[in-house]
Amino acid sequence: MPEKILVIFAHPLLEKSRVNKQLIRFYKERGNITLQDLYELYPDFNIDVEHQKELLTEHNLIILHHPLYWYSCPPLMKQWIDMVLEVGWAYGPGGDALNGKQMMQVITSGARKAAYTESGRNHHSLREFLLPFEQTAMLCGMTYLPPYVIHGTHRLSNDDIRTYSEELSALLDLLSAGVPTGEATTGADYFNELLKEDL
Amino acid sequence: MSGSFLIQALVFMAAAIIFVPVAKRLGLSSVLGYLIGGIIIGPFVLGFIGSEGADIMHTAEFGVVLMLFLIGLELDPKKLWEMRRAIAGLGSLQVVTTSVLVIVVFIFAGYSWQLAVPVALAFAMSSTAIALQTLKEKRILNTAAGEASFSVLLFQDIAVIPILAFLPLIEVSGITAQSSHTQSLLSGQPAWLQIITIIAAVAALLLAGKYLVVPFLRFVSRVALRELFIASALFIVIGVAALMILVGLSPALGTFLAGVVLANSEFRHELESDIEPFKGILLGLFFMSVGATINFSLISEDPFFILALAMAVVVIKFAVLFAVGKRFRLSSDQNFIFSFGLSQIGEFAFVILSFSNQLGIISSSDSSKMMAVTAITMLTTPILMLINQKLIDPRFGVKEIEDDIEPDKIDVRHSVIIAGFGHFGSTIGRLLRANGIEAVILDNDSDRVDLLRKIGFKVYYGDATRLDLLKSAGAEEARLLIAAIDSPEVNYQLISTVKSNFPQLKIMARARNRYDAYELLEMDVNNVYRETLYTAVHLGVDALTELGFRRYTALRQGQKFIKYDERALRKLAARRHDKQEYILSVREEIELQEQVLQNDLQQSMETTDSSWDSEKVRKVLGSD
Repeated sequence: MPEKILVIFAHPLLEKSRVNKQLIRFYKERGNITLQDLYELYPDFNIDVEHQKELLTEHNLIILHHPLYWYSCPPLMKQWIDMVLEVGWAYGPGGDALNGKQMMQVITSGARKAAYTESGRNHHSLREFLLPFEQTAMLCGMTYLPPYVIHGTHRLSNDDIRTYSEELSALLDLLSAGVPTGEATTGADYFNELLKEDL
Repeated sequence: MSGSFLIQALVFMAAAIIFVPVAKRLGLSSVLGYLIGGIIIGPFVLGFIGSEGADIMHTAEFGVVLMLFLIGLELDPKKLWEMRRAIAGLGSLQVVTTSVLVIVVFIFAGYSWQLAVPVALAFAMSSTAIALQTLKEKRILNTAAGEASFSVLLFQDIAVIPILAFLPLIEVSGITAQSSHTQSLLSGQPAWLQIITIIAAVAALLLAGKYLVVPFLRFVSRVALRELFIASALFIVIGVAALMILVGLSPALGTFLAGVVLANSEFRHELESDIEPFKGILLGLFFMSVGATINFSLISEDPFFILALAMAVVVIKFAVLFAVGKRFRLSSDQNFIFSFGLSQIGEFAFVILSFSNQLGIISSSDSSKMMAVTAITMLTTPILMLINQKLIDPRFGVKEIEDDIEPDKIDVRHSVIIAGFGHFGSTIGRLLRANGIEAVILDNDSDRVDLLRKIGFKVYYGDATRLDLLKSAGAEEARLLIAAIDSPEVNYQLISTVKSNFPQLKIMARARNRYDAYELLEMDVNNVYRETLYTAVHLGVDALTELGFRRYTALRQGQKFIKYDERALRKLAARRHDKQEYILSVREEIELQEQVLQNDLQQSMETTDSSWDSEKVRKVLGSD
């Protein structure tokens, strides 16, 4: 069964983001993907909660796509998480609307991967910083897939961006066909590694 | 008014009505339709029009004069300055190289330089009417090819002026000058005196335009009678033309300059739209009479020569344009469009040739032959463009790689029209301008227009509900129309005109209040902005804050209020025609709104903003 994918995308200054502008094009080209460009839809932070809940119900893979600012997502995405994942609906007693779905992050980060190590300037791995998201998925009964990460975005050449775009496209092909489950995915730090192996 | 005049008028109009639509249907430009129509009614095919074709042509030449006035109006100095490199570089290179090559060819062919020079200058011109029309119809005016074409045409338009001014200086012997229609003050004077007079006349014209014509138009516009304004517009153009003829200058030159002088005035659009129909009709007549006067017996004497010359000219022009385009780094597919598009000889050639003929530089038979060549090259352009599109472009055109990595370009030129520039419209205009977007602004209060222009806004005077004014303001190419006129009735009128004539134009409308908004929604305008809503809600939010609400809570209540109210508005608009039901449903709606808001106030602490409400979370989780 082809997956129905919901992409929640947040970038407060997309017009200046070379990488993300290129990446979100792929979402628009695919029939099984619904793109929610949050800063375009709710510039006043007034999120239509009911509509977002409906969309979540209709899709079985949720991708949170955002740049990493101060080790977290842009504020409108946090607003989305706060407002939409309601108690009694997404978690807590009776909160089983998202049970069994899968969640994944697509992240762009200005820093290089080497910065996210114990000896690097950020002292922790990226996955450690992403724990709040992972736990959010867990609390809502969703499977958290390893994130797809593009590091060092400030230094990417146009060719690099094209390469990443192609990789993301391949990732979407893979996910559309059905997400590999179990050990195969839970073991990896980044989804990037899985794309390089044969799945 | 004799019967034969009416019959003649009928013949010309019938030819236009039949042939122009046919040409259009075949994808050819309207200029060709007129030319072919002229040929068919002319003495060599049907013979409806005999030798009087030449007289009609002299009358219709006034169409060219009007066209130059309009081109002048388009050339405000700022725009010229922005395009200076392209105009001076591309344009001069094209005109000079083409002229030199043609002169060389003619002198090699054994012609005198006195003939070669005016003919070469005439042949260097391309047809503004054909090229711009083609680019517009293909919607590629804003591409690199479109801009390059426009620059070259602009340079040529300007170059016509010195050309016409200096043609009389070519010494001619052998051919006796035809008696010109009017005796100028300067005939018989030495050349240096003529030049001084020309310069003085031009200077006088520039000064008069600024210090006489604009105040005069302001005076007329206060009377607010449309026909009076049209009469004044024609008065200015005809007056300038007559003055120029009196001092022995080209009337085309004079009106062109008058146009440039007025390009910066607030009356530009009004003048444009008033003159446009006269220009259109007269220019059509001009092209038809050119068609009718092409002397086919001359061509049939030596068809090979005429055809060969026409082909040679097109080849030379194309080669020069292509080389120039390459030099200015047009990509090859753009360069093909540019070079084919301008490869014909333009309507100015007719003017230069007939002027040279009147001056006695060129004999009538030579002039006829060259006009025939000109007309033939005009016929080739649509065919060449078709060949380019079907054969050349797919094979050789390098498609530009779509590269979205570069930042999006926001088209700032004339993509927005703001109608009505009172307090409402001007606020919008200021916001847009602060973001680098220059809107075309229409307002019909000439005093306010004057004031705003002094502050530096680009405001045009005119009644925005008029179709022709909208057209000259660029409604055909614009993307957005902001209807911000004070009077709702005038706003409706504007919107219905725009809806039926420019369906591609997105409308954003100012509504004074709820009832005004119903009216607009009924007209199928989706983007309706009630001036009373947003400010009132803003005040309300501040009032809530004064009363002790937390600011963010008050703000969210305001956001929600607007959302509900917009929804309610749309529901009510559909129902309001049944009056009884309307009254009922307004009450219902208000009750509903109250209820909704009451609920909302609790909800915002409970459901909607639930993650932030610790009380609610504790309750749901069942722990304390």
